[in-house]
Amino acid sequence: MTVLTICYALVFYAATVLLVGGLAWKIADYARTPVPLKIPSTPAPPSTGGVALRMAREVVLFESLFKSSKWIWGLGWLFHVALALVLLRHLRYFTEPVWTVVALAQPFGLYAGFAMIAGLAGLWARRLLVERIRYISTPSDHLMLVLLIAIGVTGLGMKYVSHTDVVAVKAFMLGLMYFDWQPLPADPTLLVHLALVAALMAIFPVSKLLHAPGIFFSPTRNQADDSRERRHLAPWAEKLEKAKP
Amino acid sequence: MAVVEFETPRLKEYPVIPILQAGAMAHSQPFAAAAPIQKALGFPGELVEDWQEQAIAKMGELLGKYRSLKVYLDTCVHCGACSDKCHYFLGTGDPKNMPVARQDLMRKVYRRYFTFTGKYFPKLVGAEDLTREVLAEWYTYFNQCSECRRCSVFCPYGIDTAEITMAAREIMDSIGMGQKYSNEIIGKVHKIGNNLGLPGPALEDTLAGLEEDIKDATGADVKLPLDVQGAEVMLVTPSADFFSEPHVESLIGYAKVFHQAGISWTLSSHASEAGNFGLFIGNYEQMRSISMRVREAALELGVRRIAVGECGHAWRVAYSFWNTLIGPFDFLDQNYPVPQHICEVTYDLIRRGALTLDKAANDHRIVTFHDSCNVARGSSMGNMPRGQFIIPREIIRACVNNFHDMAPESIYESTFCCGGGGGLLTDDLIELRVKGALPRMEALKQVVDEHGVNFMATICAICKAQFGKVLPYYKFDMDMVGGVHQLVSSAIRLGAKQ
Repeated sequence: MTVLTICYALVFYAATVLLVGGLAWKIADYARTPVPLKIPSTPAPPSTGGVALRMAREVVLFESLFKSSKWIWGLGWLFHVALALVLLRHLRYFTEPVWTVVALAQPFGLYAGFAMIAGLAGLWARRLLVERIRYISTPSDHLMLVLLIAIGVTGLGMKYVSHTDVVAVKAFMLGLMYFDWQPLPADPTLLVHLALVAALMAIFPVSKLLHAPGIFFSPTRNQADDSRERRHLAPWAEKLEKAKP
Repeated sequence: MAVVEFETPRLKEYPVIPILQAGAMAHSQPFAAAAPIQKALGFPGELVEDWQEQAIAKMGELLGKYRSLKVYLDTCVHCGACSDKCHYFLGTGDPKNMPVARQDLMRKVYRRYFTFTGKYFPKLVGAEDLTREVLAEWYTYFNQCSECRRCSVFCPYGIDTAEITMAAREIMDSIGMGQKYSNEIIGKVHKIGNNLGLPGPALEDTLAGLEEDIKDATGADVKLPLDVQGAEVMLVTPSADFFSEPHVESLIGYAKVFHQAGISWTLSSHASEAGNFGLFIGNYEQMRSISMRVREAALELGVRRIAVGECGHAWRVAYSFWNTLIGPFDFLDQNYPVPQHICEVTYDLIRRGALTLDKAANDHRIVTFHDSCNVARGSSMGNMPRGQFIIPREIIRACVNNFHDMAPESIYESTFCCGGGGGLLTDDLIELRVKGALPRMEALKQVVDEHGVNFMATICAICKAQFGKVLPYYKFDMDMVGGVHQLVSSAIRLGAKQ
């Protein structure tokens, strides 16, 4: 077992703990925080089923963003769908035998890698070129795009430029999952790729990537329009109830 | 803080996203609330000594009480979807009037004190200490948001800048930095009973005068009853309806509707105000205690139904919050929605054929309808989807022959704020109000040019007052704005059905 393997194994355990633990903590925090008033942005669906549908349209199709700006929508949606396909493709490194759906997604996942980078590049161009968006951008906004693009480029690099031993990579990943460590190939592109992915996992719960769980907790989108039918009362507002005529 | 000279924006043929003009509105601040105004609401009279500590503590408290605030400060990705959606940005070009930039004024402080990255890598994520300069910017730009929620419609996460503005105002109030206009009015509601400070006897006189006016004009004995025990309906309406023009025309319209439908109704001197500026300052307790007067009055008068007059933010509070704040309403007639908008009442009567309406009486008018932000994005009407858009338009169509909607991106849930909502309807902010009205004025000009529109109906007291003031800046007649029930009032034929 090389020092390299041990280092990467420990880094991935740490990144996983930060990602899962951090997200679980944030989600619990959101869930615990009360919502004192009904503030759905109307027109809003009157029922929970309708709310689920509205949320699904937001999460899958980015409905509100579509209404706002076709450019941001097009680039953002392209990036997210491509990322989903890329992640699906990568499941082959974590499953044995490989699930059918993952096997079927392989070719799509590959093209999606290019689409993902194209989407990211477009979003970055907007951030640099559109005055309003440049104004609101912080260094971390740019770095986040750099990080994602670098992950994509190193990933495609291993497919098209300098091949890596994917069988060994898979053995390493499965080894991590089953606590039976296997050696990691000392291939520079792979090492950069994996290090960046670990960094992305680690910063997820402390960055704007919180938009992923956040949208599900957004009261303007997840509340039903039923305020006249159903009384809504937050726990902290309940103690005000006593002094009522 | 003196009112400065400014130029009214030119109306362009097509809306154009302005080029950024940093600091264009940095000079615009509302008058500060003096100590007596502040203390009457339980806020410190002036900036407290340890204001920074207290402000951060208050922010922490609000983060624990409002999920909206916590989630919205975390989730923004700076995508820019909202950046061209605010009427104040479109009218002024000041980048800090982009909703995301306005939010960031608080977000940078939130990050600095409440997040890992902001504590250890402030520069990286744009986190900043709450300094005097930052606080001054808060006062400037959180008083340039009308809490109209247009940005929230277009945000992929539904981030509602109004929630952040309200939190900022609540924090500022708690350290002694209140805004005069809103806080003075809230004081008046508590002390006298309504925003205009109109005492009971004066209200009685006004209503008696209006009854005479209606008698003279129509020959009908239309009553405007006050504090009538056991009436079927209690109407709660913005106090502007009692003597501001054109508001009073709608009040006469409500009275005629009740009269012809034969519904017994009453106004209340105790609840002589539908408006609720507690919403504007983001203070739950204020909003609740102002609302509570309605519950008290309804119980005292023993009415069966509560109806709400033409007032946008009042309807949001009534529709979305009353059940929470002052419910349950189990003592009222459950066959009707509680509360009921006056437009729901009238629409229902029209459909049942209970009103005689003569459209020709409005033939001198070519009408358009301005959706008020709080009605459009914070409430609904009727038991139908999009009722808040359909019902007022159906009433108008029943009363006029000539109706034309404005451009689709400026109506329904995409409607533009009048420019005077959210506690900004004050002369010390006139430049902001004029410039913020630009997008609505451009959409209006289009239907004026194309269809000869000469009347913009709306169901909000603030919209009516704001447009009455700013229309002349854009070379429109100030009488162009009026209420939906003003049109009903003109069209209704009293005595035709008995």
